[in-house]
Amino acid sequence: MSKTIVLKKGLNIPVKGEADLYVSKTILPEVVAVQPCDFNGLIPRLLVKEGDSVLAGSPVISDKKDPRIIVTSPVSGTVSGILRGEKRKLLAVLIKPDEEQNALSFPVKGSDSLSAEALKELLLNAGLWPLITQRPYGTVASPDATPKAIFVSAFNTAPLAPSPEFTLGNEFNEIQAAVNALGKLTDGGVHVSLNADNYAGTPFHKLENAVLHCFKGKHPAGNVGVQISHICPIRKGDIVWTVSLLGLAVIGRLLLRGEVDLSRKVAVTGPMAIQPSYISTVPGMPMKAVAPYYGGNAEGLRIISGDILSGRNAGEDGYLGFYSEQITLVAEGTETELLGWARPFRFNQFSSTMSYFSWMLPGKKYDMDTNLHGGPRAFVMSDEWYAKVLPMDIFPLYLIKACLAGDIDKMEKFGIYEVLPEDLALCEFVDPSKNSIQEIIASGIQLMLKEMA
Amino acid sequence: MLKIFEKGGKLAFLHSTVDAFETFLRVPGTVARKGAHVRDSIDLKRIMIIAVLAVAPAALFGMWNVGYQHSLAVGEHCNLFQNFWFGFLKVLPLYIVSYVVGLAIEFASAQIRGEEVNEGYLMSGMLIPMIVPVDIPLWMLAIAVAFAVLIGKEVFGGTGMNIVNPALLTRAFLFFSYPNEMSGSNCWIAFRKGEAAVDGFTGATPLALAQDGLQNASAQYGTSFWDLFLGTVPGSVGETSVIAILLGAFILLWTGIASWKIMVSSVAGALLVGWLGQIAGVTDLPCYYHLVMGGFAFGAVFMATDPVTAAQTETGKWIYGFLIGALCVTVRLFNPGYAEGMMLAILMGNITAPLIDHCVVSVKISRRAKRINIA
Repeated sequence: MSKTIVLKKGLNIPVKGEADLYVSKTILPEVVAVQPCDFNGLIPRLLVKEGDSVLAGSPVISDKKDPRIIVTSPVSGTVSGILRGEKRKLLAVLIKPDEEQNALSFPVKGSDSLSAEALKELLLNAGLWPLITQRPYGTVASPDATPKAIFVSAFNTAPLAPSPEFTLGNEFNEIQAAVNALGKLTDGGVHVSLNADNYAGTPFHKLENAVLHCFKGKHPAGNVGVQISHICPIRKGDIVWTVSLLGLAVIGRLLLRGEVDLSRKVAVTGPMAIQPSYISTVPGMPMKAVAPYYGGNAEGLRIISGDILSGRNAGEDGYLGFYSEQITLVAEGTETELLGWARPFRFNQFSSTMSYFSWMLPGKKYDMDTNLHGGPRAFVMSDEWYAKVLPMDIFPLYLIKACLAGDIDKMEKFGIYEVLPEDLALCEFVDPSKNSIQEIIASGIQLMLKEMA
Repeated sequence: MLKIFEKGGKLAFLHSTVDAFETFLRVPGTVARKGAHVRDSIDLKRIMIIAVLAVAPAALFGMWNVGYQHSLAVGEHCNLFQNFWFGFLKVLPLYIVSYVVGLAIEFASAQIRGEEVNEGYLMSGMLIPMIVPVDIPLWMLAIAVAFAVLIGKEVFGGTGMNIVNPALLTRAFLFFSYPNEMSGSNCWIAFRKGEAAVDGFTGATPLALAQDGLQNASAQYGTSFWDLFLGTVPGSVGETSVIAILLGAFILLWTGIASWKIMVSSVAGALLVGWLGQIAGVTDLPCYYHLVMGGFAFGAVFMATDPVTAAQTETGKWIYGFLIGALCVTVRLFNPGYAEGMMLAILMGNITAPLIDHCVVSVKISRRAKRINIA
């Protein structure tokens, strides 16, 4: 066991609705969507048309900038529709799954001895390349780049996050195979970060050919960006790759079985979830398929693909994201509250500060909703207010203001290379001025991508 | 909100005002559209109400003290309630003028910018009557408030963008424009028309008396350390009682709204310079007297800690607080014409805060760059 890195800053949001550790349902949905918006930096080119039949692993879209990067179908079936938005922007490719599922077979014999180039080609052809995210900026990795190292976070601290031991604990061999393979793509090794509190309880501390790190702390200690900043901060010109544990498992399934299998256990969580538990399904599943978990009536409900801090509001007609392992159901907080801000007691509202009395109820889980609890204002509180929930060596408020100003020089200095919006999600949570901090950071990253390309 | 107040409606020019009252009464049902789907229940209204609550003990004591000083000066014997009532009636007009003038400008500026009305003035408006002499003519106060809010805050873009503390700017404006009403020994005690002071009366504050040695002073009020600590001495309305101010400090620190670093380092700065002055023979006043005299405690707790105008970085806060404490006592020791230094010290601190932050941030960034290069 390596030295434990203790992170004192951070915040665990006590929200109700943690998923019980059992699979309550296996869902093969009536339709599955491949959504280009899941893939940061990808400009989609459609490779199929309505009526085409596809297998699990057949190409569906490719990247216009680099046609080698493709996204493949998670199921076998027939392309039943192409969803387009304004200006004919491609929103989703809908695939109706067959009764019997077939997968395209990839030649993986002797995959242990594949060269780095052959491995890249295999992952690209199977459409699993987008599982690798590149930092800075959090885009789909560039196949030509050689990363300084590859980072994996083997635990998740986001609110109500699924337990990786439960979802992937029985796929140790797949994950080990993926770690072995990905190690060939970098000279810096594969770095896996574990939760110090659960070191012995997780099978992943037995991983070989990986550099193990231990972290202890509240959210966002489980964010890979925070871990990188403590293991080996990203400086200008550096490129690192990150893969989720699920991504490793999927790559491992390909390497061991020669098939694209994106299926996963998804935690259905949140205060509005009836019987919060896990479902077994594929990405692109329509959210309507989880209707029994919210009682069928989606009015006044927000269905989030991902966690409550940085997930995407999918809506009733939306689909589960490519990377998502969690669905959060939370009420829309459209109710007004008489003199809420002036009440001495507000027992059903959580605050991380001492300004309400929620500190007196340390074990309480809150029935949170999406209410903003205030109006948007200019930044008033100083940097410390935000820094206390961000265990990184940066000045969050300065970075946010640099992004607002579009000042590239300052953004570089204040650490734009090290962060993704999700890392500052808690800053957004605690902000009394109710600014959209994640959006500000995302727009800063977009500016960097445009200017530094 | 009624439709006529919304954009395109007949009364759209009242949008910000109506919105302000509406959101004051009810927390709006706005939901998080972007980013984190749940938010902390704290907002600026909560922060401001807590800050206002923290000033309340000093304000209540100040009202009583106005009455008490008046009774002493004219030789009357009044009970606690009579003293308080006298002071309440004296201070209430100050509050009305401060809030009416300040909020009117806030509302109008918010409307011009098309924004929601910001809560910042709730705190400034609470502080302003606390730091002026009780007998200040109301028209002067009105002009000063208008100047401070317009020039000190709105031209920069409102709360969160201002460089100096608007409440202190109000005081500075009064001080430089109407020095006769703001200093000397005739402004600190309120009289009714036709009342005469008793023999041996002095209206001078302990700070002024301390110039000639506090212990030798003969005044109708006590001048011991404990009198100063309790606050039963003349001075600006809210600044005299250190006990009431400490209560406020406790509220601010417990809720994490004000920075303890600024408070601690300003005390350290004041003590150090006070002590140096003592051993250099500039003054025979013990250095800890500076903490209980004049506006030091009030300024260090409520003014220097304003998160907008204070230093932003943690190291910066230490430097900033120390600078304020040290400057305040330096002015007190070396300026015979003007006994109080806290207002100017904090304004100086406000102006240098961005520079302090710039240095701290630059050092940190270059150190970080070096460390990364080694790794």
